[in-house]
Amino acid sequence: MRATRNYGLMAEFDSASNLVAAADRTREAGYQKIDAYSPFPVEGLAEAIGFHLDLVPLITLIGGIVGGASGFLMQWWINVVSYPVNIGGKPHNSWPAFIPITFEMTILFAAIAAVLGMLALNGLPMPYHPVFNVPRFAFATKDRFFLIVFASDKKYDAAATRKFLEGLNPRAISEVPS
Amino acid sequence: MDEREQEALARAGKPVPVMGPGYTFGSVTDKISSIVLTRPTSNGWFVGFGIGFLLTMMMLYAIGYLFVRGIGIWGDTTPIGWGFEIVNFVWWIGIGHAGTLISAILLLLRQSWRNSINRFAEAMTLFAVACAGIFPAIHVGRPWLAYWLFPYPNTMGYWPQFRSPLMWDVFAVSTYFTVSLIFWFIGLVPDLATLRDRSDNFIAKRIYGLLALGWRGSARHWHRYETAYLLLAGLATPLVLSVHTVVSFDFAIAIVPGWHTTIFPPYFVAGAIYSGFAMVLMLAIPIRRIYGLEDFITERHLQNSAKVMLATGLIVAYGYGIEAFMGWYSGNRYDAFSLWNRLHGPYAVFYWALLICNIFVPQLLWIRRLRTSPLALFLLSGVILVGMWLERFIIVVVSLHRDFLTSSWGMYYPTRWDWMTFIGTIGMFLAAMFLFVRILPMISIFEMRTLLPEAEVKPE
Repeated sequence: MRATRNYGLMAEFDSASNLVAAADRTREAGYQKIDAYSPFPVEGLAEAIGFHLDLVPLITLIGGIVGGASGFLMQWWINVVSYPVNIGGKPHNSWPAFIPITFEMTILFAAIAAVLGMLALNGLPMPYHPVFNVPRFAFATKDRFFLIVFASDKKYDAAATRKFLEGLNPRAISEVPS
Repeated sequence: MDEREQEALARAGKPVPVMGPGYTFGSVTDKISSIVLTRPTSNGWFVGFGIGFLLTMMMLYAIGYLFVRGIGIWGDTTPIGWGFEIVNFVWWIGIGHAGTLISAILLLLRQSWRNSINRFAEAMTLFAVACAGIFPAIHVGRPWLAYWLFPYPNTMGYWPQFRSPLMWDVFAVSTYFTVSLIFWFIGLVPDLATLRDRSDNFIAKRIYGLLALGWRGSARHWHRYETAYLLLAGLATPLVLSVHTVVSFDFAIAIVPGWHTTIFPPYFVAGAIYSGFAMVLMLAIPIRRIYGLEDFITERHLQNSAKVMLATGLIVAYGYGIEAFMGWYSGNRYDAFSLWNRLHGPYAVFYWALLICNIFVPQLLWIRRLRTSPLALFLLSGVILVGMWLERFIIVVVSLHRDFLTSSWGMYYPTRWDWMTFIGTIGMFLAAMFLFVRILPMISIFEMRTLLPEAEVKPE
């Protein structure tokens, strides 16, 4: 067999608590590039693998501001600049009547920004990913919990890392081919 | 577990279970995904879907004929320019509101019991809004020009009237549909990944795989996912309240007696949730029975839904009371006549039926035994849905048929085309629900996993 460089080493656990504990210890051992997979959102897991900066709220806020501003400016421009119609002497810029559409546009843009921002930051859609090469990984969407140390990590060493992961008492350890 | 036991638990400070005992991550996953993946499609499913499909075809025929002949085939006639199409539009869009309430508002309020009913309630929202959206599109007279409602630069040098509530409606309803759709889809992604990994069928595996977007449950992904999901819930909450408010503006901003009241926005929103929960129960009760999901959609869910119906029903009753009170207190003779006409006019029988369906019969929900009886709840929900449809009929038709000048009074009689279109949308809704429970997980699997005690991370 040709010696290929692996994508990483993956350890399998059977509970969320064990996964969080294992992730904590892996970080403490000095590994930086790790990730964890679970069948549902696990509290504290993201912090345990060293993830802190979540940009989704900021993107959503920007989306909302852009949506609200463009909604109002569209109505203002149409009624004041492009198509002013004098109806009973009412002002062209009758802003209170523009609020419902401004509001709806704020929500629409913010919601789309939240979803697209979340997908973009997560790098989805990505139908293929090396972790899918591990047959046991199919259980990551059912009842198993996985921890991976990426081969790109500075401290990664096929034998030493495997030994370390074995110390975490996992159910199984698999190599993830790249 | 009945309510007394639940209350005893709650008093003892223990969490009341929202799921039957003895489940694990694996068994929850298997139970819900097997409905889609391995359970043979029953004859009942084909019959139900077939009926829905045939009714949908009937609706398409009625709409096709409408396109050929124009809206003269409907019962709409001066002075009743808004007939079934607006009644049905408001009714359907109101039904949709319960789905968003369950998925967004109850999520923000940390009501975790919602986890087993939010998915199909959201699907219900989506299909109900789709049914609602048909009516304004086909009632415009020249439906092939319905896109004129949207502001786009055009050679006619014209723009829509943004000061009109009808224009607000276009934005509110299209935003509502879009946000409901992405909320529902994003909620489905982790479960689609589960189906991708569980399915043995070559084609199904690939379709689920495509739709799952390559979801792999990374902790980073989950973190952003939960943030986005919570933000969507936060955005959908004011949105859902705004949608029926804007729908009520369609009426309240006009000067027609019976429409021109400030109580309309809150009373429309309460009525929407009222009818929506009735529809949720009408769907949930047969579904839990047929698919054996009593452990997931428990008596507690039925009870809670019944209580929401009781509360919103009382708000609706208050709305009727205020309408009647203002008819008298305003001293406005047209408002007073509008009230008298509801009670004694040619459509009085509908008003009395409305009071019976929406106010008197639902008071039975005070009785605990009826709140826990699926059959009683199913029948009561049907009564409430009829009542809420009558309410919209009263508001739209009865207000229009007697306005300021006796010379412009008239009567409204729906034609067979009105009925075919209305019943056809019910068929379309049913067909869509049948397809949904067959091909997608009708209960959110990953959110059910979080309800299990094992999901909690214990400190070392």
